[in-house]
Amino acid sequence: MTVPARARAAGREPGGPTLAVWKFASCDGCQLTLLNCEDELLAIADSVTIASFPEASSEVLPGPYDISIVEGSVTTPADAERIRAVRGQSRFLITIGACATSGGVQALRNFTDDLAPVVYASPEYIDSLRTSTPIADHVPVDFELRGCPIDKRQLLEVIAALLAGRRPNVRAHSVCIECKRAGRTCVLVAHGTPCLGPVTQAGCGALCPSAGRGCYGCFGPAPGWTFLPFGTAEPVRKEAESHDAR
Amino acid sequence: MTHGSRMTRGSRGINVPALARVEGEGGIEIVVSDGQVTQARLDIYEPPRFFEALLRGRRYTEPPDITARICGICPIAYQMSACQAIEDACGVAVPEPVRKLRRIIYCGEWIESHALHVYLLHAPDFLGYDSGIHLARDHPDIVGRGLRLKKAGNRLMEVIGGRSVHPVNIKVGGFYRAPAVAELRALLPVLEQARQDAADTLAWVAAFDFPDFERGYEFVSLRAPDEYPITEGRVVSSRGLDIAPAEYDGHFTEFQVRHSTALHSVLDGRTYLTGPMARYSLNSARLPADVAAAARAAGLGATCANPFRSIIVRAVELLYACGEAVRLIGGYQPPDPPAVEAGPEDATGYGCTEAPRGLLYHRYRITADGVITDAKIVPPTAQNQRAIEADLRDFAAPRLDAPRERLTRECEQAVRNYDPCISCAAHFLDLRVSQS
Repeated sequence: MTVPARARAAGREPGGPTLAVWKFASCDGCQLTLLNCEDELLAIADSVTIASFPEASSEVLPGPYDISIVEGSVTTPADAERIRAVRGQSRFLITIGACATSGGVQALRNFTDDLAPVVYASPEYIDSLRTSTPIADHVPVDFELRGCPIDKRQLLEVIAALLAGRRPNVRAHSVCIECKRAGRTCVLVAHGTPCLGPVTQAGCGALCPSAGRGCYGCFGPAPGWTFLPFGTAEPVRKEAESHDAR
Repeated sequence: MTHGSRMTRGSRGINVPALARVEGEGGIEIVVSDGQVTQARLDIYEPPRFFEALLRGRRYTEPPDITARICGICPIAYQMSACQAIEDACGVAVPEPVRKLRRIIYCGEWIESHALHVYLLHAPDFLGYDSGIHLARDHPDIVGRGLRLKKAGNRLMEVIGGRSVHPVNIKVGGFYRAPAVAELRALLPVLEQARQDAADTLAWVAAFDFPDFERGYEFVSLRAPDEYPITEGRVVSSRGLDIAPAEYDGHFTEFQVRHSTALHSVLDGRTYLTGPMARYSLNSARLPADVAAAARAAGLGATCANPFRSIIVRAVELLYACGEAVRLIGGYQPPDPPAVEAGPEDATGYGCTEAPRGLLYHRYRITADGVITDAKIVPPTAQNQRAIEADLRDFAAPRLDAPRERLTRECEQAVRNYDPCISCAAHFLDLRVSQS
């Protein structure tokens, strides 16, 4: 997770680096997290040139762009092409959220039979891939920000780091450590509630254990952590390792 | 000023391939022949995500967390309709303190979503800006007020739900944890400020210029006996429909069209409208006196049939939601226990709540083992597609001589009147599991 030189250069351009926000298959919640930075939004708009953000603005400036923020997963042949075009005009590409970094909830389809022929009244109108895949399966990604949705503080840290030309300070430990630091009662130990906190990427602030429920893993696997102590199957461990590798 | 979406000009009509300032991906095509509008289409090409198919075989407790992911802007609506439908299948009614806490967090979502639309997505159309950010350069205080209002809604959702996008504290039967009285009371100053901001918002938008355009809509919304509808009620229409949510499928029919990945919907064969304008027009008599007076002062009658004026209705609902949250927090007693037990039964359950954009219907069939065998979800924007297309047709027809760029911009605005959430709408194509 190092910041390439081309990104470090971005912040020095006159007028501020250009920023583009792209949507693929998603719920819009991670883009909304940017608009939910109510106290910082106008300052961000002063620090960068928002060149393309269709959800928020009718103004679209032509590329190339210094920074592209990508939400959503690739689920159609057209989007598999579009993400290459986005990469081609982006100096620095960061993916935000579970859809863009792991395929998202719609990747449940990857484990099912092809439903299309039985499911659609007119399946020929639909052009959808059998799988939902993360952006990094298609193009090189410079930084991945996890979460379903992403955490606002982590997003601000990534943007600030990009502008300052430094590496984002996004910790790679688990929700379990966040939970301990927050002084929460362990739901697993105290109540026997199954909890994915020990193996899930930190960033949410241990929200679920704070509400008395087990973590359900919406930030994805934490780097360096393994599911093996949970006695889970080999493919799960490999999935965790493949995330580590990125 | 570059106006948003690429616009192709030609003698044949208006084509906006990519709409800006909407949630999700869609476009407009209006075909003109011999000076007549022959076709007005809202093209929705947002990729479907197959939620209803993915829910099959999963536990009956999972839909609140899974269906929240249909929409990051109205996740609570999905969680609430899902809970209500599953509780219906389980034969469980939640106690009053749970119902009230649900209504409080739902107010938070209305505030957040309406403030987002009014200030960042819709107002720029009326004032000639490309975005709320452009608007802020000239009017930082106004946009600052909108962001403060939006933040108040988010804060309410965070305190009760843990976070505002995909809250974690909502479950079938109630909540995982009931917030303490002090936690909610601490929000009262923020909400009182929000109420003032909403009142100022209403006065602000009431002074906009609105195109002279009305249509004879059939409005559809929930109706509750003695409150403005949010969390429950019967499904009623301005042409006399009055049914329980369980009777929804007997009257509302969805069908697929080639130009949209979201199913269209009709009510007994008729085009209808759901959302703030329908809610208001069917329930304005149920608003508290102060909100009703503010609505009148803003120029609204008992009903509203000019879709461009829906921004005023949203501002009225902002004012209502702020006041309702303040009222409910004033009398808040934490539900104890925070959730009631809801054991699965071999049954079908139905749920309808009022998402910020309108009626949101969920139906689940579950087994006694707690497995979902069928799911149906009908989001408001999918239901409104036909009304949007009818608006486009009727709006454009007498204005074909207007400068094409202006007409294109106004047609985009006619779509944004609905605050369309295309991410919601398009994710359902899968379920028409008609095997024929």
